[in-house]
Amino acid sequence: MEIKLPLPAVISILHRVSGVLLFFPGIPILLYSLQMMLDSPQSHDDFHAILGCIPVKMGLTVLLWFLMHHLCAGIRHLALDLHYGEGKEQARVSGRLVLIVGIILTILFGAIIWQTE
Amino acid sequence: MANRIVTGAHYGLIDWLAQRVTAVVMAIYILLAITLLLIFSPDDYSSWKTIFSNQWMRIVTLIFFLSLCWHAWIGVRNILMDYIHKTSIRLTIQVLVIFSLFFYAVWAIEIMWG
Repeated sequence: MEIKLPLPAVISILHRVSGVLLFFPGIPILLYSLQMMLDSPQSHDDFHAILGCIPVKMGLTVLLWFLMHHLCAGIRHLALDLHYGEGKEQARVSGRLVLIVGIILTILFGAIIWQTE
Repeated sequence: MANRIVTGAHYGLIDWLAQRVTAVVMAIYILLAITLLLIFSPDDYSSWKTIFSNQWMRIVTLIFFLSLCWHAWIGVRNILMDYIHKTSIRLTIQVLVIFSLFFYAVWAIEIMWG
């Protein structure tokens, strides 16, 4: 049996999954990065060296997408709380918008990750 | 909506509100961080250090991390309540989550003022 999930359901599940992955490993990675950046000139250089690895860049890009999707889906959530866009068609459009904007923002900010050598 | 009691302890409504307030706080912080990155475009250790040597920046960053921990706690707890029905396992995981979030908060303080 095949169950076809409507788009808003996919957005909602992604909101949960991204939330869990931002909690772990997201938060410790963020704290570790900040610590490396600020601890000493040596640790700052070490961090840049780690950032130079392609697998690290890829991992951070995925995390960045989780963050951007979670942020956009959260804003949609707040709008729905305030009774904006509650119609079925509107909810479908805003759901699509969340997916697209999340990906665009990931590409935009991901460029910073990929420019770092 | 009158007399809508979500739980005996009434924490459901406070959590609902806290989840949204912390979300807005974090969204504002992210906008602030992007603005600072665009203005100062820090590219080495000393420029990063300068940004975070400002006491207000440290305080606002700590507020961000505390919001993040609170937000994460409510979110993770809701998910655990939905999917893990065996109380002993769920409580064990919840305690682990609380410990890790407490550790993260202390870590953030350590980075800002250590």
